[in-house]
Amino acid sequence: MKIDRRDFLKLTGIGGVVFASGLGGPYHKAGAAASGGNDFFFLQLSDTHWGFTGPAINPDSVGTLRKAVAAVNGLKEQPDFIMFTGDLTHVTDDDKERRARLAGFRDIVKDLKVKDVRFMPGEHDAGLDEGEAFKEFFRETHYTFDHKGIHFIVLDNVSDPKSVIGQTQMEWLRADLKPRDKDAPIVVFTHRPLFDLYPDWDWYTRDGAQVIEMLMPYSTVTVFYGHIHQEHHRKTGHIDHHAAKGLMYPLPAPGSVPVKNPIPWDASRPYRGLGFRGVNVKAREPKLAISEYSVKGERL
Amino acid sequence: MRYRLTVYLVAAAFVIVFAGGYLIAAENEQVIKITAKRFEYSPKEITVKKGVPVVLEFTSLDRLHGFDCPALKIRTDIRPGQVSTVRFVPDKVGTYLFHCDNFCGTGHEGMRGTIKVVE
Repeated sequence: MKIDRRDFLKLTGIGGVVFASGLGGPYHKAGAAASGGNDFFFLQLSDTHWGFTGPAINPDSVGTLRKAVAAVNGLKEQPDFIMFTGDLTHVTDDDKERRARLAGFRDIVKDLKVKDVRFMPGEHDAGLDEGEAFKEFFRETHYTFDHKGIHFIVLDNVSDPKSVIGQTQMEWLRADLKPRDKDAPIVVFTHRPLFDLYPDWDWYTRDGAQVIEMLMPYSTVTVFYGHIHQEHHRKTGHIDHHAAKGLMYPLPAPGSVPVKNPIPWDASRPYRGLGFRGVNVKAREPKLAISEYSVKGERL
Repeated sequence: MRYRLTVYLVAAAFVIVFAGGYLIAAENEQVIKITAKRFEYSPKEITVKKGVPVVLEFTSLDRLHGFDCPALKIRTDIRPGQVSTVRFVPDKVGTYLFHCDNFCGTGHEGMRGTIKVVE
């Protein structure tokens, strides 16, 4: 079934406007999900930049992540798992401070009620030491996992300071994909966009096109990423790519201003542009249903 | 003897034509030396003439940096201890952004500059 990427729909029983993602058949195989028992919900949190300071940008830089954790804990429907798509911490040139920030981040997210919490690095976490400190806290920078019939692939396009995925990881991905059915439902998490969103602002992955090409034979693929600190939706062929808001500061829309700088705090609308995302996977729906939440957990 | 002389003359003609051509081209090139260090290029604003070949010669004063100008489709890594060269012929007037595309630290996202192409 062909859908427009701007096709919004109402999710019956949940309410609120959501973005739909995914093509081809239902995300679940019909047999396993006929009862709807495999429906689930996960959250994407991104770009928390723990350690960032800048009162003009976010005067509550110490409290924003804690507020988001409280908001997630307060959701009526708790997610099956939570994925953090990188830039957990704000970059520092000091190796010791980097570890202190990673520890600080970890200690805050320990308070999440949901215990299935997964992480991946952004260049702020891993770009200066090739992921060494990140691995000490959160183990692998790229991995896969399966959940209720969906195959999730976490790709690392930041640990190499050139912001590439690289041939080694590419071969690993090729081997992972090879045995899968062409209609297998696949969700990919990356930090940076795999496609050339706005190269002038470094919003791309140098070898991302190779990954997209590798994914193209699979009919049901959705990519969730961070890095650009705003909601953004794009298709490459039949593959949907969805960027999430950040939890420290928003960035301008691609190419909307000559220079990319964080958008200053608006005291009249605090936390504007920040938030997190929920993704519903429903047995009978051919799409993933995306909903956006404010830092305080309000449905947007 | 006459044959050998002819060979010498032809070879000499080749040398004059090709070396001369190279020298003419080299004279017409705009050679710009750029240093990169955390988190700036010097110079960071470069002006070149449309249609005249440009040679950018980069050196890093500290660590690995990058140079990427997507609009002009030119990029290179900039490594300490070596000169990285980029050659291109600007064919459109305008101002084009370039940036460091090898993550280099706290000020990485501000490490950028412009190439201005004028008539």
